[in-house]
Amino acid sequence: MTLLSQSPLDEAIATLLAPGGLDAEALEPGLGHALGAGIDYADLYFQRSWHESWVLEDGEVKDASYSIDGGVGVRALAGEKTGFAYSNQITAEALAETGSTAANIARSGARLALATPNPASAALRYAGVDPLSGLSAEDKIAMLKQADRVARAADPAVAQVSASLTGVHEVVLVRASDGTLAADIRPLVRFNVSVIVTKGGRRERGSAGGGGRYAMSRLRDENVAERFASEAVRQALVNLEALDAPAGQMPVVLGPGWPGILLHEAVGHGLEGDFNRKGSSAFAGRMGQRVASPGVTVVDDATLADRRGSLSVDDEGTPGAYTPLIEDGVLTGYMQDKLNARLMGMAPTGNARRESYAHLPMPRMTNTYMLAGQDAPEDIIKSVKRGIYAVSFGGGQVDITSGKFVFSASEAYLIEDGRITSPVKSATLIGNGPEAMSRVSMIGHDMALDTGIGVCGKEGQGVPVGVGQPTLKLDELTVGGTQS
Amino acid sequence: MTQAFDAAAQQTLLEARVADALEQARRLGADACEVGASVDQGAEISVRMGEVETVELARDQGIAVTVYVGKRKGSASSSDAGEASIRAVVEKAIAIARHTGEDPASGLADAELMATEFPDLEVHHPWQLTTDEAIELALACENAGRAVEGIANSDGAGVSSGEGVRVYGNSHGFLAGQRGSRHSLSCMLIARDEQGMQRDYDYSSVRDPALLASPEAIGRSAAERTLRRLGSKRPATGRLPVMFAPEMAGGLINHLLGAIAGGALYREASFLCDSLGKPLFPEWFSLGEKPREIGAMASAAFDNDGVYTRDNLFVDGGRVASYMLSAYSARRLGMTSTGNAGGARNLRIQAPLDSQRELLERMGRGVLVTELMGQGVNGVTGDYSRGAAGFWVENGEIQYPVEEFTIAGNLNDMFANLLGVGDDIDTRGSVHSGSWLIDNMTVAGG
Repeated sequence: MTLLSQSPLDEAIATLLAPGGLDAEALEPGLGHALGAGIDYADLYFQRSWHESWVLEDGEVKDASYSIDGGVGVRALAGEKTGFAYSNQITAEALAETGSTAANIARSGARLALATPNPASAALRYAGVDPLSGLSAEDKIAMLKQADRVARAADPAVAQVSASLTGVHEVVLVRASDGTLAADIRPLVRFNVSVIVTKGGRRERGSAGGGGRYAMSRLRDENVAERFASEAVRQALVNLEALDAPAGQMPVVLGPGWPGILLHEAVGHGLEGDFNRKGSSAFAGRMGQRVASPGVTVVDDATLADRRGSLSVDDEGTPGAYTPLIEDGVLTGYMQDKLNARLMGMAPTGNARRESYAHLPMPRMTNTYMLAGQDAPEDIIKSVKRGIYAVSFGGGQVDITSGKFVFSASEAYLIEDGRITSPVKSATLIGNGPEAMSRVSMIGHDMALDTGIGVCGKEGQGVPVGVGQPTLKLDELTVGGTQS
Repeated sequence: MTQAFDAAAQQTLLEARVADALEQARRLGADACEVGASVDQGAEISVRMGEVETVELARDQGIAVTVYVGKRKGSASSSDAGEASIRAVVEKAIAIARHTGEDPASGLADAELMATEFPDLEVHHPWQLTTDEAIELALACENAGRAVEGIANSDGAGVSSGEGVRVYGNSHGFLAGQRGSRHSLSCMLIARDEQGMQRDYDYSSVRDPALLASPEAIGRSAAERTLRRLGSKRPATGRLPVMFAPEMAGGLINHLLGAIAGGALYREASFLCDSLGKPLFPEWFSLGEKPREIGAMASAAFDNDGVYTRDNLFVDGGRVASYMLSAYSARRLGMTSTGNAGGARNLRIQAPLDSQRELLERMGRGVLVTELMGQGVNGVTGDYSRGAAGFWVENGEIQYPVEEFTIAGNLNDMFANLLGVGDDIDTRGSVHSGSWLIDNMTVAGG
């Protein structure tokens, strides 16, 4: 890896401002346009991103694409009101136009003075590398072909293999009227393999993938092509043998890692500051109350090194943080951005995120996980007479107001008399967040994070996130199979 | 709302840029090239609890270039459609095409398939709405909803209005554009009882603002939809008929379209591989698209390959009558494009329709599903398992709201077990459907 001589701030200024004839001094008058009469906070968010994608099908990399996006989003706040405009040009004219448009949200009132810039001193949670460089096009193609070879060699039932390698190099710069001046260089890479297997008239799929905030070369060094190809085939072959899933309420054991999507849906969204300020969350007003079984501790942690959901600084320039949400079963924290923190009299927690300069920031999760408990995973399985053991999931969703959440198992097994027996077909699990968390009865000592595949959607904006958990037992959850 | 947008001028500008990109690609050695460019402008305002919450103004543009060098392909795109950016995008696409593998199926759609007629489909209706007027509309909508007794809180009401132009050109000499508009009004409310909180919403979405539902109607309907969820119980687990409300039935049509899409078929990632001509639905059911319907949500004269659009019948007399193909997926399957690059447009059911009352009577005892959650649909096997909320039906009458349950089955069986389609057609999207009554699904609840 090359040593970086520039700070993220210097690099961001050079990358984002210089091409449009701007420099650090130009930020003050730029922000001045947005800080109109009656505006009590304004910020400028500059961003440029380079996205690359290589896709293999039929043993060949026949499709590859590259895209560039960039611009500036200007936000002006007045009490609970937000004015927002953006431009894909980063020039003095664009700042003047978008700034005065955003400032239109308030039309009278005092004009605030601009606080002098106070550059953020945030620890770097990942190296500010360009993840797209460092591997040649030939290297990238070779990795994809290797995944194809491994998958096809793994089993004669493998009929189709597709693999993709994607990377994003993103540079952001935030300047706010409260003095915030922060930059971040965010790499993000991912490798994915998906297979179709056919046997005896049945057809199934399997997929595996992962990545994080680092260079593409690390994916190669960690042999992800081989690992994910083998894992995708294994999962597809398991599903080929799957029986119909049971239907109804029963004990559910969730494996470690990616099944932590439970926490993201059942707990995480409901603890985002905006929903609690508005009183629309099933968790609203429950701070300090028991919302989960004793022993359950859930945190949101942007500080993990190189993880997909990590942030050195968030999209408002607040340093990423380790935020306990539930401690020993008691609700202790919300995830906040500046707007909601201010309106609730709390401190921002570094959870302000936005899909891009063209979107408004909101409180969002980073890496959300449950800390390890004491139980041996095998003891957890042994404790179940009849239930489900689910180890992989396709996705989830929550209605934060009623608290109802779902997540859909893509690899699951029956537990019969304390033993894992047949695989069962994909089934959706449904529950109520606070209720489900109060039915957690055993917590494994095997806490694991996911491999780096999560995308969280909220109000139409997607952001990369991580989840994790140890093996968990919920005494009762509704399993949506077909065998009643 | 407050920004001027000259769609005709934007179209002329984009057409010039697309032509420029095509010319540059030719000069830089591409054997064939296709370019899409678009510009969209809009505004979105939201109010909550009687106060303005956000005013957002949006203007997006982009250009995407795909070049073919021999049988190799490369793509690049940018959110900046300026001259310098176009050159960089073309160069990058050509650089990528030097590395990708040969693909015998790659290339433009055949020249004889290019659209040659471009009728005015009347999908562009700008709305001269000021920010203040938009705020008034949203406030009227939310106020009407909050005035309904029992509404305790609000997630807000919003008005959005946008218009745009997309232009597509390729090295066959095809170059055409289309303008469009979309306007919407929505409201989401919250009610509470001793059991907890419930929320629901309603919206109107149109091409022509004159057709937008009244703000009071949307607000009141959002309130009614929210209040009727209070006191929800969990249904017992068992095998039952399930009625899908129109919005939910539209989702089933989308699962069908996903399974007859060429991309899923050539990847063998569909439960409808080799299904042409085979029975899927009862004989009385047919489904087609009307891509040139005047003023409709998804109308267009050409698809994303420049291919002319035509009325396709995907299900005819219950049997799979056509796949949904782009030029590329058609070549992969040894077939011809059906003008569906980018998807199907304006789906319409041809079937005898019943009133919702008749369908409920036919169901007798079962669940009416008005909300579905999660992604539990396996397109490879057709296995279906999703979270749901709705109403318990007994003796053909709605009894009480139900929630926290799943419905499961296999799409093949569900389609075969279709017992009736309602005349309560939801016309807000590209898919127009009434309620669907499906026999014999598994409901998992308490």
